[in-house]
Amino acid sequence: MLHGEAWTVKELFVYPNEYIYWTIQIVMYPFLTGLVAGAFVLSSLYHVFGVTKLKEIARFSLVFSFALLPCAPMPLLLHLQQPQRNLNVLMTPHFTSAIAAFGIVFLTYGMIVASELWFVYRGYFVTTARELRLKPNRTLSETFLMGLYSILVMGAWDVSHHALEQDERAVKILAAVGIPVACFLHGYAGFIFGSVKANALWMTPLMPVIFICSAVVSGIALCILTYVITMELRKLIIAWRWKENPSLPSPGELGGVETQVVTMTSRYLIMFLILAITLELLDLIFRGYTAVKSWDILRSVIYGKDFTSIFILQYGLGNLVPFILFLMPGLTVRRAVVGTVLVLFGVFMMRWNVVIGGQAFSASFAGFMHYHMPIWPHDMETFKEGLFGALMVGSIPFALFWLLSRIFPIFDLKEPH
Amino acid sequence: MNRREFLKRSMVVVAGMAVPAAALHLIDPKQLLAAKPELRWAFLVDAYKCVGCGFCVKACKLENEVPYEANVSRTWVERYVVKKDGEVLIDSPKAARDGFTTKKIEVGEGKFREVKDEEIEKAFFVPKLCNQCENPPCVQVCPVGATYATADGVVLVDRKWCIGCGYCIMGCPYGVRFFHPVHKTAEKCNFCYHRITKGMKSACVDACPFGARQIGNLRDPDDPVTKVIMTERVGILKEEYGTKPQVYYIGLSKEVR
Ligand code: SF4
Ligand code: SF4
Repeated sequence: MLHGEAWTVKELFVYPNEYIYWTIQIVMYPFLTGLVAGAFVLSSLYHVFGVTKLKEIARFSLVFSFALLPCAPMPLLLHLQQPQRNLNVLMTPHFTSAIAAFGIVFLTYGMIVASELWFVYRGYFVTTARELRLKPNRTLSETFLMGLYSILVMGAWDVSHHALEQDERAVKILAAVGIPVACFLHGYAGFIFGSVKANALWMTPLMPVIFICSAVVSGIALCILTYVITMELRKLIIAWRWKENPSLPSPGELGGVETQVVTMTSRYLIMFLILAITLELLDLIFRGYTAVKSWDILRSVIYGKDFTSIFILQYGLGNLVPFILFLMPGLTVRRAVVGTVLVLFGVFMMRWNVVIGGQAFSASFAGFMHYHMPIWPHDMETFKEGLFGALMVGSIPFALFWLLSRIFPIFDLKEPH
Repeated sequence: MNRREFLKRSMVVVAGMAVPAAALHLIDPKQLLAAKPELRWAFLVDAYKCVGCGFCVKACKLENEVPYEANVSRTWVERYVVKKDGEVLIDSPKAARDGFTTKKIEVGEGKFREVKDEEIEKAFFVPKLCNQCENPPCVQVCPVGATYATADGVVLVDRKWCIGCGYCIMGCPYGVRFFHPVHKTAEKCNFCYHRITKGMKSACVDACPFGARQIGNLRDPDDPVTKVIMTERVGILKEEYGTKPQVYYIGLSKEVR
């Protein structure tokens, strides 16, 4: 079976070799990368600009960004026809190619997030490792944690006031350096598309900027959503434990979701959302106004074939509705949750409309192609490039986040000073 | 180690490094070929002569081991039917592997359209293949350098190194690239590089009974292909992309995509 034949339907004249070669995995790739970058930018708002109200969610989103990080290249890897050769990209980077730099940008960024995380948690590692060491009868997992933390400390056991202050300064610097790198990481995911001159829909210098703005939007939305969900889950777990053992602090004492954190964060979300929509509309208007050769086919795709997914799903349901939800006075947590889910959906649809919509017309400008996403897989390929492949890639970050949160506690972090 | 000693030693190190670098220079294939600037492959298609028999497509598939039944091909032939009312219908069923056996025109997945003779203004065939662009976007975008241009002007794909990302397929404005169903790597026409470098003609040129396809050397002023390209009115496809294609057409029409 040909690659692409299983899910491509052609209409009118399409060159014989054209198929939908970039499928849902390539939709997932900018989506996940966007989440990484967005979560990081959110965490930096506190560290760099000192928005103290975001302190709680800042640590949260930093850990989340780290959990999302290894998942960003996963869809790329999954869609390769020769995945076992993926290291070739690092071995023979071909610098005229936008994808080639991915490994390097990605690793640089990963290192920044990892070291920032280390500086944030170093004090905690030291105190916990020391406490556990003194504890007479450790459980197995406690011994494991003690060992892990002792390794993670990497010999820097100094937790004097001065040392911790140094840590904080390092965090600040790393967060500040991280913002441009995060933007670059994602802006250049946009560049991968925007620089393909053969594709009339992708070919625009605005693509990287549009990608960055919507990335921040989606990252913030996901952080709010996960924050609320984890808080609620935590409350449930604590309530349950409390029933068993009333000597523990009661759920009431611990408190739940901080409404104020949510409203504050949503304000930033709205800001970036406005920016993203403005740019996207600018692009659309500009194309219509200049109406170059490709506009005929683009118009029939944008206003015809893809009308529902662009104007109803992306702009309507994914942008306008949450916009209203957030701006209506008296924002509640519940409304914010609905809003963030819709925003995430909107950003996903934007990626979809770029990647799939960009392949919806033939390079001959005389025909169309439709992607019928495989739902039930009947072989490896339809699994990878279909619904379940995407779900798999999309759920790994949450599993990783859970694992990481065992090591980097997100909530009851004992302040070492 | 004093300064003089240091300088001396560094000179030795630099000189030592320069030797292997110079050796590399000697065997750089680009340099070798650049020393032979008399070679630059070009293709000439005479659209007036093409009858859409599809012999070229068949020959290409067999020569280059692209599975016969697979719906991809390194080269193909398009049929254009321009109606009196201005409507243009184009098709290339199975890449025209078996020629055009019916007057009905394919309009996507198994559907056909019939056009009455009296409605037709003009109709013609246009063979397509990789344009071996002088400024090839496929080479530019390949993240591992698996797609590369030779000094004599042919763009090749290294099947052993291609990771199958599909970026080059997206980058080619002519839609000539595809994934080889067996090798699972990027695939396209390469002017039958294995043949032309041995002094033969490409398989499609040999197979064409009407001389619609010709291959030649642009750097040789006496080459019949070069003479036509230099002295007659020839066209190229999608000039606006700035790829500088090296496949030239006689009898190109404005309807051709
Ligand atoms: S026609 Fe396409 S595949 Fe051939 S050299 Fe040009 S860009 Fe590359
Ligand atoms: S599919 Fe192969 S030849 Fe094409 S860009 Fe990717 S690695 Fe290069």
